Amino acid sequence: MVVQALKDQGVDTVFGYPGGAVLPIYDEIFLQNDIRHILVRHEQGAVHAAEGYARSTGKPGVVLVTSGPGATNAVTGITDALLDSIPLVVLTGQVPTFMIGTDAFQEADTVGITRACTKHNWLVKDTDKLAETLHQAFHVATSGRPGPVLIDIPKDVQFANGTYTPPAKANTAHYAPKVKGDLEAIKQLASLIEAAERPVFYTGGGVINSGPAASQLLRELVDATGFPITSTLMGLGAYPANGDNWIGMLGMHGLYEANLAMHGCDLLINVGARFDDRITGKLDKFSPNSTKAHIDIDPSSINKVIHVDVPIIGDVGHVLEDLLKVWKAGGRKTNKPALQKWWAQIEEWKKADCLRYTNSEKTIKPQYALQRLEALTKDRDRYITTEVGQHQMWAAQFLGFNDPNRWMTSGGLGTMGYGLPASLGVQIAHPDALVINVAGEASWLMNMQEMGTAVQYRLPVKQFILNNERLGMVRQWQELLHGERYSHSWSESLPDFVKLAEAFGCKGIMVSDPADLDDAIMEMLNYDGPVIFDCLVEKHENCFPMIPSGAPHNEMLMGEASTKDAIGSTGAVLV
Amino acid sequence: MNALKLKKGVSRHSAYNLRDPNAEATEVHTLAVLVDNEAGVLARVIGLFSGRGYNIESLTVAEVDHLGHRSRITIVTTGTPAVIEQIKAQLGRIVPVHEVHDLTVEGASVERELALLKVAGTGEKRVEAMRLADIFRANVVDTTLESFIFEITGTGEKIDAFAELMRPLGLVEIARTGVAALSRGAA
Repeated sequence: MVVQALKDQGVDTVFGYPGGAVLPIYDEIFLQNDIRHILVRHEQGAVHAAEGYARSTGKPGVVLVTSGPGATNAVTGITDALLDSIPLVVLTGQVPTFMIGTDAFQEADTVGITRACTKHNWLVKDTDKLAETLHQAFHVATSGRPGPVLIDIPKDVQFANGTYTPPAKANTAHYAPKVKGDLEAIKQLASLIEAAERPVFYTGGGVINSGPAASQLLRELVDATGFPITSTLMGLGAYPANGDNWIGMLGMHGLYEANLAMHGCDLLINVGARFDDRITGKLDKFSPNSTKAHIDIDPSSINKVIHVDVPIIGDVGHVLEDLLKVWKAGGRKTNKPALQKWWAQIEEWKKADCLRYTNSEKTIKPQYALQRLEALTKDRDRYITTEVGQHQMWAAQFLGFNDPNRWMTSGGLGTMGYGLPASLGVQIAHPDALVINVAGEASWLMNMQEMGTAVQYRLPVKQFILNNERLGMVRQWQELLHGERYSHSWSESLPDFVKLAEAFGCKGIMVSDPADLDDAIMEMLNYDGPVIFDCLVEKHENCFPMIPSGAPHNEMLMGEASTKDAIGSTGAVLV
Repeated sequence: MNALKLKKGVSRHSAYNLRDPNAEATEVHTLAVLVDNEAGVLARVIGLFSGRGYNIESLTVAEVDHLGHRSRITIVTTGTPAVIEQIKAQLGRIVPVHEVHDLTVEGASVERELALLKVAGTGEKRVEAMRLADIFRANVVDTTLESFIFEITGTGEKIDAFAELMRPLGLVEIARTGVAALSRGAA
């Protein structure tokens, strides 16, 4: 019945790990060929792989794990999906209904444990309700603000026969989040756009989640208005990085020009982002002189941390469509002379060249490694995942994303160990594409067991490890904010990654000389199979620009770049 | 439910005063939450309050529509206006929650609470307790030669006042139901 429901929901891939309490479902999987099961090495890997699958396709990812430790191992991945609004359907086995509450072998209160980290969860005690619950689960996971859901299925419920409810007959009517925005508010926003002198679009993962059409509409709107556009980490690719109006990522490690534009703007249009604290910095100094509009499908995102003047609750795609209609129908025009001045100001800020770093002929700078990776892969059908830390921020700064669903990273939860399993999920969804996990060695080790999965399923994922033998971001904070006391932020006994690759049965490449980097990257790209690429980089490089926690946008720490000449007299008023 | 209607007079640039706990006094609000009567729904609501650090002053829950499988949860909570708005929005996100009503802002409403008070004593104190119970229209639901159990219904303040008066007269134990509330009028 579970397998039938998955098939009827259009599921083609399940990521999982068997165990006693899910064996009846695994039996059914064995007896069919429509759904492919990917055996991971750890349940956390299954969830991240499903996230990678979901983020790169827009379809919900499906996970199947057993009771007790199977479920608890999945919790980190589920929480990650909740924070980043990724649709997942997680099926967990449970001990038989009559044994629940007896501390049975491999029993855990799975719905209790996951209540706070799922969008919704169910314990199904009646086989007749199983199919309907599964269909409801897919509906809840994918409607409104997407998120992970979990269904806990006791073993006796799996064994019993029941009546199957097809998707069309399942009752899903009650959960129907509003997708159309209030037209009056949309008209009000159109008027604000007309009058704005220093506007900026601030877009987020909501645009990606809304689907490719939303990204297309966003591009049309940006073209129609000529406004500058910045994005959160989660929203990269919704507007192309090679687009004319792109001013780069904003936030703690965002670009100088993007953050100053946020600080100095008079109209801030938030499209599917949530004023996360990595974006806002110090709240009372955040974009102090702007009128703020916020398009979000989740009412609880509105006014949560930042008070907005024009809230529009609805799906980004629907709202942008209506906004474009209103804009075109009214023959509305932007304030061109003011916009020209604003763009001139932004160009001045760009001159600060905030990503500048000092390159070296002796050691590979991580920024240089990513610049070379970008140069050698940008024209390919490429998907990038990352782990969490400095390498993640450098990847966001130095790699360009011109399409949505190409960039998979753990934003909200910041889960080290996300990237490798996520890259597997992406590769399974896109077998012919180039999938690269940009990693740090510390994060990568957290889920390195999943290389076994990559080898078993012949997934040619490229693990691009920027190895500084440090927990780079922790080290950076300790240097800058904790008096250079490097408490436990380095590893003394790292594995030989080339030998590790051989042990897993894949290819390992080590490079330490900048002169060899291009050849090594090409060797990685040309190898038809999984590669662990050990790129030994400068150990003490810091990631700049940086807004320290609790500082406003106009107090960024810069690396090599100088801001002296970048702020003209007009700009000085704004920063 | 109109949880997001912005208050009139809120400054356009008030990004900070909303988050400054001292700038705005906290308010007491009574929320009525209609939910599916299913396993775990109360845990979801309570978990939301504890997980996000909101206050619960009083909470009552009972099935109100057996055929429709609906329960009504009445919550009295405190917070700044922004926090109250956030609580309502967060409650609205919970999948089995059908409606969230803020009875404090949606016009006049009636609030009642029931309490049982055990008062032990003899002689003059016992007579005095009986006399005060009469004034408060409390009923005697159990009696022995040395004790009463009074049943009293009213607002929380009325029950507080009655309990304060009973304390010197031999109050032993008190059980309160928490607040139940309905909006006034036909709708």
